[in-house]
Amino acid sequence: MVEDSSYMFVTGPDVVKTVTHEEVSAEDLGGAITHTTRSGVADLSFENDVHTLLMTRRLFNFLPLNNRSMPPLRETSDIPGRIEMSLDTLIPDNPNLPYDIKELIHKVVDEGDFLELQPDYAKNIITGFARIEGSTVGIVANQPMVLAGCLDINASIKGARFVRFCDAFNIPIVTFVDVPGFMPGTSQEYGGIILHGAKLLFAYAECTVPKITVITRKAYGGAYDVMSSKHLRGDVNLAWPSAEIAVMGPKGAVEIIFREEAKDPEQLARREAEYREKFANPFVAGRRGFIDDVILPHATRMRVCRSLAMLKDKSLKNPWKKHANIPL
Amino acid sequence: MFEKILIANRGEIACRVIASAKRMGIATVAVYSEADRVAKHVREADESVCIGPPPTAESYLLGERIIQACRDTGAAAVHPGYGFLSENSEFAERLEKEGLVFIGPGAHAIRAMGDKITSKKLAAKADVSVIPGYDGVVPDADRAAEIAAGIGYPVMIKASAGGGGKGMRIAHDEASCRDGFERAASEALSSFGDERVFIEKFIDNPRHIEIQVLADAHGHAIALNERECSIQRRHQKVVEEAPSPFLNDETRSAMMAQAVALAKAVDYRSAGTVEFVVDENRNFYFLEMNTRLQVEHPITELITGLDLVEWMIRIAAGEPLTIDQEDIGINGWAIESRIYAENPLRGFLPSTGRIRRYRAPRNVPNMRIDTGVEEGSEISMFYDPMIAKLVTWGETREEAMNAMSVSLNRYYIRGVDTNIPFLSSILKHPVFRSGEINTSFIEREYPDGFATEPIDEGLLPGVVCALSSIHHRFHLRGGTITGQVEGYGRNVNLNWVVVIDGVEHSTRIKEGEDEDGMTVYLNDQPYRVRDDWVIAEPVYQGRVNGIEVNLQIEKHDFRYDFVCDSYAGRVIVCRPNTAELARLMPFKPPPDLSRFLLSPMPGLLVSMSVEVGQQVKPGEELAVIEAMKMENSLRAEQSCVVSKVLAEPGSKLEVDQPILEFE
Repeated sequence: MVEDSSYMFVTGPDVVKTVTHEEVSAEDLGGAITHTTRSGVADLSFENDVHTLLMTRRLFNFLPLNNRSMPPLRETSDIPGRIEMSLDTLIPDNPNLPYDIKELIHKVVDEGDFLELQPDYAKNIITGFARIEGSTVGIVANQPMVLAGCLDINASIKGARFVRFCDAFNIPIVTFVDVPGFMPGTSQEYGGIILHGAKLLFAYAECTVPKITVITRKAYGGAYDVMSSKHLRGDVNLAWPSAEIAVMGPKGAVEIIFREEAKDPEQLARREAEYREKFANPFVAGRRGFIDDVILPHATRMRVCRSLAMLKDKSLKNPWKKHANIPL
Repeated sequence: MFEKILIANRGEIACRVIASAKRMGIATVAVYSEADRVAKHVREADESVCIGPPPTAESYLLGERIIQACRDTGAAAVHPGYGFLSENSEFAERLEKEGLVFIGPGAHAIRAMGDKITSKKLAAKADVSVIPGYDGVVPDADRAAEIAAGIGYPVMIKASAGGGGKGMRIAHDEASCRDGFERAASEALSSFGDERVFIEKFIDNPRHIEIQVLADAHGHAIALNERECSIQRRHQKVVEEAPSPFLNDETRSAMMAQAVALAKAVDYRSAGTVEFVVDENRNFYFLEMNTRLQVEHPITELITGLDLVEWMIRIAAGEPLTIDQEDIGINGWAIESRIYAENPLRGFLPSTGRIRRYRAPRNVPNMRIDTGVEEGSEISMFYDPMIAKLVTWGETREEAMNAMSVSLNRYYIRGVDTNIPFLSSILKHPVFRSGEINTSFIEREYPDGFATEPIDEGLLPGVVCALSSIHHRFHLRGGTITGQVEGYGRNVNLNWVVVIDGVEHSTRIKEGEDEDGMTVYLNDQPYRVRDDWVIAEPVYQGRVNGIEVNLQIEKHDFRYDFVCDSYAGRVIVCRPNTAELARLMPFKPPPDLSRFLLSPMPGLLVSMSVEVGQQVKPGEELAVIEAMKMENSLRAEQSCVVSKVLAEPGSKLEVDQPILEFE
């Protein structure tokens, strides 16, 4: 959308006023800011028409001509084996501190070139297009900087729509996971988080394009499951050594499992340490086959490139049905 | 010689000491705080010991922990670097008691030079020229005039109890001296309740020049020439050079002789620095002596060919200094720029955080970088915000300055803000280039702080053509994309309009490729662009018609972020018809931010001191932000009325996030 001069609404401000006696300007009702930050209807907005058209071209650059062709390939001088040593220090020592997942995205994709969609809406999940070895990929990533990366209704819908878009146009999906869970609270439950969260689950489960997942830190409970896990037919699921794949974080888990010891903080701390030792790592999941490999952060690009190359000719057909029944 | 030494410091200086020790075959022990667990100096040392939590008072400043670390690792000596424990005589003494060696001067020398009054008296006794003055109490105006005449005008009349410029007067003749005395005394009385004043020579526009000395434990001392450190911002050195463009041989030898005399007088051992102020007539006066390795020691090393750290270690081990004063010459010219994590565009506000991208300059001959960071390092609020020391050397001052400008242009750091554009601006400043500098240079030449400067006229055509050729290469590459409809391939465009700050520059690419690059026409003049740039390289180094062009360029969507010398901005390169349409677009003025209180830094809004409708006066506190564990009070710049509160106390703020709106 073009800022300050484009509007979209089903009924305009005049009708709104007559019918509901609500006074609202066209800008507030359906301007570029409204649709990119509040409603999520528009993906991007720009200063003027020229910028908007230039960016539309940039978007089309990533897409195939139609849903039957493969996404376009473009030359790059960026080598697949590029090592990024600085990723080894991306995860802070303290598990409760945030970091910017975009740094990981920029350092993994070709030339650091990433077109983010809906950057100002549901910022706790990042979606957008990039290229790996010259070929388009869709990127989905939790953003620990916003709401600790929790999935809420808006984030689930934003992610689900993007995943289905990629699937429709044969674009492989790379997912970066650092998710402490679904967002708790009445507003989320009343809003139907079960229904909307399932959209993301459904989208990942149904999609047949190559799916690569990299777990960087937290992958807890249902939210782990939703984020392109092995259980949803993830093709290559990788984890950093800092990954914690569990039902919930050590503190929360211990408080529930050892509820009768709650009065003894020392005992509880010991239990927490024990839990952390046992489960706050990627190896338990690895033992069960939910993780294909534990990789060093600096080798992430190399491993993602290799996995995508391996899956280049992936061919998967879902069982015949009239149409799938995504929880709308 | 020691078998193992411990370095009681962090960052670049720790790395610097480790490098010399390694070359000498000495094992090294690093100490680190919890914040430095993965720091470069920890990895480069042979062993490392954690000495406590991040705050320096709980780690690097705890002598006891350092001594324990020596015991645990068997290190025989401690190199303190600079700062921290380097000028702590008690620490030096404690080490001695423990049978460990302090790689630095003896405790008595540290103590003697650490005290301003003792050091001045000692200096005077060693026939070192000190600032002439009368340190007794001046009884009346007649006596004041008499003393001033004895010292020679101009003089400074200062309150004994003074500070902050109060009770201070500068007098250029007898009348102003008498008047100044009365005023200074009465001001001193009213401000400090103490009317005593003293008189000392006032040095107008002084230079800050220091002499490096090296002395062994056997009474031999030499001076290693001077360092010119006049370029300072708020008493913080920014650019240093050696030798000084101001000194002649005569002054230099006199200063060196005095420095050596002082070192001998305090029985100095190790490397030390004698600081002088020098006036416009090359009269020099002793200021103080720093009993440690200085930050700016590399420039001395580059012009003398000595390794000062190596000599500090040798001297501490009892070895005699085998170099004589006659062996010391001046080889070429060296300049050092201190690269700090701060934002020169925002009043040099410190910038902390993760260094997302870091690339040291490449392909610059005779360049040296002393740094303790690398890509992915954290610039922490707990320590000095210096990222690196960039040092260049040349046969002449001109050569060293040019190499510095090129290196600054190629130094690519992202994630934290740096003062690199400001340093670039200093390096090309005509006053700096002339060498006519003094300690008020920055204050005088940048009275309103620093703002990005336009690209030099002479360089602009080269930059425009380089940008045009860069964009053309993106365009050509774009044409190779698969999935194009057959028969409708892309036409290659040759005309590009480069828009910098709203100014359009029309260029045309010469059809067909030259053998070794591109030719771009600008105003019908051909410009040959030669470089080895590949797409997505953030640093561009090339030649346009033989003139060197260095840029930092990053493509973001349809525009480029680009940096060239002290210019930083965004540029669009587009087809002529696009430029034509863009001209028709309405101009949208940036929002008037003077009506808002914006958060100057990322942090937590602790409290709001005003409410809606409140009238505030200039200087009144509006809100308190906690950032970097410091509470920062935001104050009103002008009187206004609060119309809206836009952030809740307790909420997290980003840079430039509005907090208050005014009417």
